[in-house]
Amino acid sequence: MADLRDLYQDVILEHSKAPRNFRELATANHKAEGFNPLCGDRFTVYLDLDGDSIRDISFQGSGCAISKASASMMTQSVKGKSKAEAEEIFGRFHEMVTGHTHGDQPDLGKLTVFSGVSEFPVRVKCATLAWHTLQAALEGKQQAISTE
Amino acid sequence: MSTAAKKRTASARTAPPRNGNASAPVQAPEAQSTSGYDVEKIRGDFPILRQKIRGKPLVYLDNAATTQKPQAVINTITRYYERDNANIHRGVHFLSEHATEEHDEARATIQHFINAADSKEIIFVRGATEAINLVAQSYGRAHIGAGDEVLITAMEHHSNIVPWQFLCDEKGAKLRVAPINDAGELVLDEYANLLGPKTKIVAVTHVSNALGSITPLRQMIELAHAQNIPVLVDGAQAIPHLKVDVQALDCDFYAFSGHKVYGPTGIGVLYGKAALLDAMPPYQGGGDMIASVTFEKTLFNKLPFKFEAGTPDICGAIGLGAAIRYVESLGIDRIAAHEHDLLAYATEKVSAIPGVRLVGTAKEKAGVLSFVIEGIHPHDIGTILDQEGIAIRTGHHCSQPVMQRFDIPATARASLGLYNTREEIDALAAGIEKVREVFA
Repeated sequence: MADLRDLYQDVILEHSKAPRNFRELATANHKAEGFNPLCGDRFTVYLDLDGDSIRDISFQGSGCAISKASASMMTQSVKGKSKAEAEEIFGRFHEMVTGHTHGDQPDLGKLTVFSGVSEFPVRVKCATLAWHTLQAALEGKQQAISTE
Repeated sequence: MSTAAKKRTASARTAPPRNGNASAPVQAPEAQSTSGYDVEKIRGDFPILRQKIRGKPLVYLDNAATTQKPQAVINTITRYYERDNANIHRGVHFLSEHATEEHDEARATIQHFINAADSKEIIFVRGATEAINLVAQSYGRAHIGAGDEVLITAMEHHSNIVPWQFLCDEKGAKLRVAPINDAGELVLDEYANLLGPKTKIVAVTHVSNALGSITPLRQMIELAHAQNIPVLVDGAQAIPHLKVDVQALDCDFYAFSGHKVYGPTGIGVLYGKAALLDAMPPYQGGGDMIASVTFEKTLFNKLPFKFEAGTPDICGAIGLGAAIRYVESLGIDRIAAHEHDLLAYATEKVSAIPGVRLVGTAKEKAGVLSFVIEGIHPHDIGTILDQEGIAIRTGHHCSQPVMQRFDIPATARASLGLYNTREEIDALAAGIEKVREVFA
């Protein structure tokens, strides 16, 4: 049986209560909005892109503990990275939370606290909402993205 | 089916082998007598409740989404496909005649359950959603024009908002919304003020699915009728909890879904006053809804068939008839009393937990306990309760405007059925305490 503590790890709870980079970004030159119409989660991701590199990133919005902690830790993990690197991290993160890892756990550093999500399939959308929103912001999409 | 008809069909064939008690008549629990409401015995009628979920006994508190089915309904559906399946209204053969009789009988059962004046006022549809779309597209398109108004309330389900938006967009009409107060009660004075010469129809819920509030229908309908405005009632959340008498209410249309009153999914009912239905154009064209067809002209069938194009969900209707008979065997008033007691108990128990706030505190409520916990998102509440075998709904409950009214993204909603117990409410309260521990 899936254990609740696998999902709600302390690091996740801590980030959900005190999210990092949780603000509007004055220097943002890209932003995107993402929402999950089923549960009402809604986030905006702000990006300050310097050419191909993510100089700064922040987010705002409301959602469950999983979606908020995921957004918070995402901002930490992609800050200073290139677009391609951010996409690559999301790719591995997505494989991990959907349980599609090949062999060993991917090297995702702190983000591995989300590995428990794969035991809770209905929560995958929560864990990936901010990432999909980041992707939209990187691609410069204007329309709000939806998990549905 | 009449007794004579039953005898005729019974003697006309040799009974095929039957599996178990699949052909047993609808179970009439002994609770029908004056003895107390025996909820443990009633639970025995619902096979799904016997299981464990994640190692814990299932506590099913998502009845506003859909209800579980008693053995009597399951048996009726099984028996229909094992012995009785045939198309209706068109066969001269035995099975077709029999299926037609059973289908007619289900319609009559529903007619009596809601006290409609005539069985032709009972239109079978897929559910409350289709019933409302039918009225919006048929009555609405014929009677509502540019500058006219459709009046709804601030606590409608999306299914009683969007069909009217379609209509208003098409016709250049305006959707007006009667407000609710902080308790989730309709503000009757403001409703009355919104009724006027431009108002062509009122569409209102009987019980709010997100808040549980019971609307003051009698007064609302009287006020509308004083200005000759017809009223459609969305009864999806009322039909399993309250005695509904469409003649006493004097509503013009009443819509409900079968699956929320212990029947199958995919079947529902539109009640309409015969005079109104007679004057309305058909909603869909096809077989069964016609009297005669030539390439020059088609004559429509009489009620209720004018609104039932194509082969209907025959088994669904018969299954819904069995569900209604089951509810009647327990007594809707006694079910209402049991649930009223349970809701009061749950309200007291859950609101006493620190950090919990109820959303929807109307004086008159039925079946629904919506709540939020300070600092914890409803989605997380739902996941943790699920680990305890407790099924609730989290989210906006297809009522986003209600969430906006209370400035919250979502709620956790426990909703009651006739089989729920005080012990299950205790389990819910213990589950909420667990949620608080995880997030402590």
